[in-house]
Amino acid sequence: MRDEVIEAAVRALRRAETSLPDWVLKLIKAAAELETNPVARLHLQFMLENAQLAESKGLPLCQDTGLPIFRVEQGRDLILDFDLGEALAEGVRIATREIPLRPNAVDPLARRNSGDNTGPGIPDLILEVVEGDGLRLTAFPKGAGSENMSLLGMLNPADDPFDFIVRTVAERAANACPPLFLGIGLGGTFDLAARLAKHALFSLPGNSEKEQGLQRRINMLGIGPMGLGGDTTILGVKIESAFCHTASLPVAVNFQCWAHRSATEVIR
Amino acid sequence: MTEHRLRTPLSMEDVKKLRSGDVLFLSGPIYTARDKAHALLRAKGSPVSLEGAALYHCGPLVRGDQVLSAGPTTSGRMARYAAEILRLGVRAIIGKGGLPAEPFLGRAVYLAYPGGCGAAAAQQLRFRSVRLQELGMAEALWEFEAENLGPLIVAVDSHGGDLYRDVRRSVESLLGC
Repeated sequence: MRDEVIEAAVRALRRAETSLPDWVLKLIKAAAELETNPVARLHLQFMLENAQLAESKGLPLCQDTGLPIFRVEQGRDLILDFDLGEALAEGVRIATREIPLRPNAVDPLARRNSGDNTGPGIPDLILEVVEGDGLRLTAFPKGAGSENMSLLGMLNPADDPFDFIVRTVAERAANACPPLFLGIGLGGTFDLAARLAKHALFSLPGNSEKEQGLQRRINMLGIGPMGLGGDTTILGVKIESAFCHTASLPVAVNFQCWAHRSATEVIR
Repeated sequence: MTEHRLRTPLSMEDVKKLRSGDVLFLSGPIYTARDKAHALLRAKGSPVSLEGAALYHCGPLVRGDQVLSAGPTTSGRMARYAAEILRLGVRAIIGKGGLPAEPFLGRAVYLAYPGGCGAAAAQQLRFRSVRLQELGMAEALWEFEAENLGPLIVAVDSHGGDLYRDVRRSVESLLGC
């Protein structure tokens, strides 16, 4: 099964890097039709052209092929007799050579590049136990532009978390390659809020009243694609929440650029 | 949106024609440089002449001499070097997210390439040479031949026009701060 996991990881990475999910393309198309700012419309149309070109030529959409993240949903009846993290790392090494991917993983202090997109802690593995005996593997390469702008706030419970989110986006969106998707982690602890925010990016787009209200509120600001102005700043918002301490209000905002790259492979 | 087509090296006359909000397609040799190359340019000077040059904030994906994906990176990380780089004669900085406008006044333009559109950019660029390859693929100084690289949005012009500042001001007034 180790070989199957490696092959599935390579396939998922290839699809994620060279094509966009249909639901993402649909949202960009819909935004392009409604957009009233000519520079913004030009951007949205060019983004669609770029996605089409990448898919037809098998090229990475963006030169920032990201840091590899895998979401693994493992059936509770499935027993693995090999090191899953090591198998995924092997998949990343093969994908880096074959697709190819830009080597992005470096030591945080020495800044030495491993050359194969792996290293201590990387690929990042988000493991969930689910019903059944299968394995669902989602490749989610994350570029630095949007990740760098993400922010975690340990707010005062008297603060309004939505004001914090709107201000965070207002100050940081231009550098994060908008139009954006937002993963919001509300509550929990310092690290749980961040994990919820990242996880929320797997469940987009959100359609609760709060999520849509937040999206409308930010889009009214007119930041637009690439921060150059326009109606389209946010394509989707998803909020995931957890209970928090009565004295705490953690809020995490995980930015995701318009190129929401992800692809899933299922192993039975 | 006024559309321009220009070729590097750029003259001050070329730069003056460009107004914020215009669209440009740029041809001729261009150089990439990002974090490490900028630090090295500051410490040791430029290994190439930057007179009239277009400098692209880009860490491309290249295999052999094939440019596979080469969109812009966030210019903000290089903001601390911008004034110095422009004094070396650079007439255009290409990137995404913008730079402070002040060092561009009377001197140069900032051009925004649509972020994330690496595959499209690669079709408009051909490999010419590479320097500082020891810095790694993303950080090396690549020389590309651009053929109608664009759409490039003139985001900061040499006359004080700045689309990012316009957006920031309007956002600040809407947020009431």
